[in-house]
Amino acid sequence: MKSRSELSRRRVLALTGAGAAAAAFPFVRPSFAQGGPLKVGLLLPYTGTYAQLGEAITRAMELYVKQKGGALAGRQIAFVKLDDESAPPKGAENTTKLIEGEKVDVLIGTVHSGVAMAMAKIAREAGLPTINPNAGADVLTRGLCAKNIFRTSFANGQVGLATGKAAAEAGIKTAVSFTWDYAAGKEMIAGFAEAFTAGGGKVLKEITVPFPNVEFQSALAEIANLQPEITHSFFSGGGAVKYIKDYAAAKLGIPLWGPGFLTDGVEAAVGAAGDGVKTVLHYADDVDNPENKAFRKDFTDAYKVAPDVFAVQGWDTMQLLEAGLKAVGGDVSKRDAMFAAMGTASFKSPRGPFDISAAHNPVQNFYLRELKGGKNVLIKTVATKFSDPGTGCKLSS
Amino acid sequence: MDLVLTQIFNGLQYGLLIFLAASGLTLVLGIMGVINLSHGSFYMLGAYLSLTLTSLTGDIFLSLALGIPLAFLFGAAIEWLFIRHLYARDHLQQVLLTFGLILVFNELQRIIWGTFPHSVPIPSYLSGSVKIFGLMSYPVYRIAVAGLCILLALAMMFVIQRTKIGRMIRAGESNREMVEVLGIDTRLLFRFVFATGVSLAAAGGIIAAPIESVYPGIGESVLITSLVVVVIGGIGSVRGAFVGALLIGLADAFGKVYLPQFASMVVYALMAAVLVTRPGGLFGRA
Repeated sequence: MKSRSELSRRRVLALTGAGAAAAAFPFVRPSFAQGGPLKVGLLLPYTGTYAQLGEAITRAMELYVKQKGGALAGRQIAFVKLDDESAPPKGAENTTKLIEGEKVDVLIGTVHSGVAMAMAKIAREAGLPTINPNAGADVLTRGLCAKNIFRTSFANGQVGLATGKAAAEAGIKTAVSFTWDYAAGKEMIAGFAEAFTAGGGKVLKEITVPFPNVEFQSALAEIANLQPEITHSFFSGGGAVKYIKDYAAAKLGIPLWGPGFLTDGVEAAVGAAGDGVKTVLHYADDVDNPENKAFRKDFTDAYKVAPDVFAVQGWDTMQLLEAGLKAVGGDVSKRDAMFAAMGTASFKSPRGPFDISAAHNPVQNFYLRELKGGKNVLIKTVATKFSDPGTGCKLSS
Repeated sequence: MDLVLTQIFNGLQYGLLIFLAASGLTLVLGIMGVINLSHGSFYMLGAYLSLTLTSLTGDIFLSLALGIPLAFLFGAAIEWLFIRHLYARDHLQQVLLTFGLILVFNELQRIIWGTFPHSVPIPSYLSGSVKIFGLMSYPVYRIAVAGLCILLALAMMFVIQRTKIGRMIRAGESNREMVEVLGIDTRLLFRFVFATGVSLAAAGGIIAAPIESVYPGIGESVLITSLVVVVIGGIGSVRGAFVGALLIGLADAFGKVYLPQFASMVVYALMAAVLVTRPGGLFGRA
C-alpha cells in the first residue's frame, strides 16, 4: 500500500515538473540529441593551500562564459563544481563522482599534479573531453598523453627549458640549481639544465632540500662557496617568501633566477628583498596585446582583484573548449571531430598567441620578467611559440 | 675551512631556534606526561600573533612583550577546557584530542588570516647584515634571535634549578603523588606548566616570524623536529632539549652539504643512534 502511494506521488511530481517546464519554455526545442545545457565538471581546489588558484581559474572561466551570454557555440553552459582538496588519494573517487554521478559532458581540472595524474587515468578510460588548466607534471603531456586530454597551462619541463634558454642567451656561463626535492622542482631543474647546457652554459651543482623544509642557510653557504654566475631556484608560497628574503640577506652578489612561480603571488610579501629577481613564465601582467588589456580590465571590474597567470589559464580553457564545441555545433558526442578541432586550435590569448602541440600542451611565448617594487615587470620575450618536446607521447596531429 | 665554519655557525643558529620550540614540548611531556601534538599550532599562533601585533605596534619586541602574556592566558584556557581531562587517560586519547586541536587551529587560522603567506618586518635598528667568515652575510636580526634564545635557555635553567617553582616542577616530574601528599596543588602547577609551554612555543613563533615568513602549516614541521629533539635530549630535560636542538641543527646543516641524498634522513638517523645507545635520551632517565 505504501509503495503504491509513493509511486503515485512520484508520478504526480514528475508530471507537474514536466508540465511546469513545458509551460516555462513552450517554444524552445533542443537543437541536438542530448538537449539541455552542457554540463562542465570542475574538479578544482576550493579549500586549502591552492584554494586561491582554483578560485582564479573558476572566476576567469565564469567571466568568459558570461561574456558569451552564458553559452559557447550556442550551447548553454552549466558548471558543476567539486572541491578536490588537493588530495591525491581522493582524486580517483572525485573524478568518478563527476563522470558517473553527475554525468558531466566535459571535465576540467586541476591544480595539484598528484590529483591531476589520478584524474587523467580515469578520464583517459572514460574518453570525455578533458582540459587541465594548471597541473604541470611533465608526463601528462609526455608519456601519459591522451587524445581526449588537453592542457592550457604549461609542462614543468617546458618552463625550465625556457628559463635555461633565456639564461644561456643572456650570456651566462655557470649556474647552481637549488629547489625542493619533489617532482615539480626536479622537472623544472632538469629542463633548465638541458636548455642551459645546450646553450653553452654549465650547471655546477644541483642542490635540493627535502620538501617543505625552509631552512636554507647551509645551501646558501654552499652557493657562496661555488660562486656561480647565477642561482636558479624554484620554491613557492611561504617557502618562496622565506627563500627570497634569506637570499637577499646573505648578500651573495649572485643574481637569482627562477621560473615565474618563484615570485608569482608573493610579490608583496617579499618586499624590497625581491627586487632584481629574474623569472621566466608564459605570462606577465604587462604583456602588450589588446586581448590582455581587455582581459585585465574586465576581470578587475568583475572581481575587484587583478587577474594572475592562473586566471589566464582558466580563460584559455574556455577558449579551447569553445573551439572544440564550434567544430561540432555543440554536440559533444562527436568526440573525434571535437578532439581534432581542439588539437589544432589556435587563438589569441592574453598571454600572446596560443597553439596546441601534438601532445596537447600549449605552444606559447615565454617572457623574462624582473621583480621591481612588488611588480613583475616584463623585460622581453625570450621564446616565441615555444613548445614542450612531448617526449614519449605517441599522439600525432 | 670557511665553508665548515659557516656551516657550524648555521647549524648552531638553526639549533637555537629549534630549542625555543622544543623546550616547551619537553616540559609538558616530561612533567605532565601529556603528549601534546598541538604544540606546533601554538608556534603557528605565535607567528600569526607576531603578524597582527607587529602591524599594530610597529615593533617585533613590543609584539613579544604583548604576545607572551596573551599566549599564557590562551594556554591556561586550553588546559582548563581540554587538557586537564586527559591526565588520567592513556596516551592514545591524548594523541587524538591534541591532533583534533591541530585541525581546529588550522581551520581557525585559515578563517582569520587566510592562506596567503605574509612577512613580518624586521625592526629598522636590526635590519642590517654583517659578513661572517668571508663567505656570506647574516642578517643582524638572526644573530640577535640566536642571542635571545641563549638568554632564554639560561633563564629557564635558572628557574628550574634555583627557584621554588622550579623545585616544584622537578618534584612533580619525578613523583607526582608525593608532591600532592606534600600539599602542593598539582592542578595549578600543571596549568602553569602547560601555559608556560604554550608561551615558549608562541615566543618562538613570534621572534622567528620575521625570519621564517608566516604561512599556513608553519607549525607542523616545527612539531616533528621538536619531537625528535625531545627524544634525543631526554623527556623532561631542558638541558637535554638544548643540547639535542644544537645537535639537530648541526646535523641538518652538514647533512645538506655533505650528504645531500640523505639530507632528509640525517636528523632521524641521529635520533635512531641515540635511541640505540641511550634509550632514555642524552639527559633523560633510562
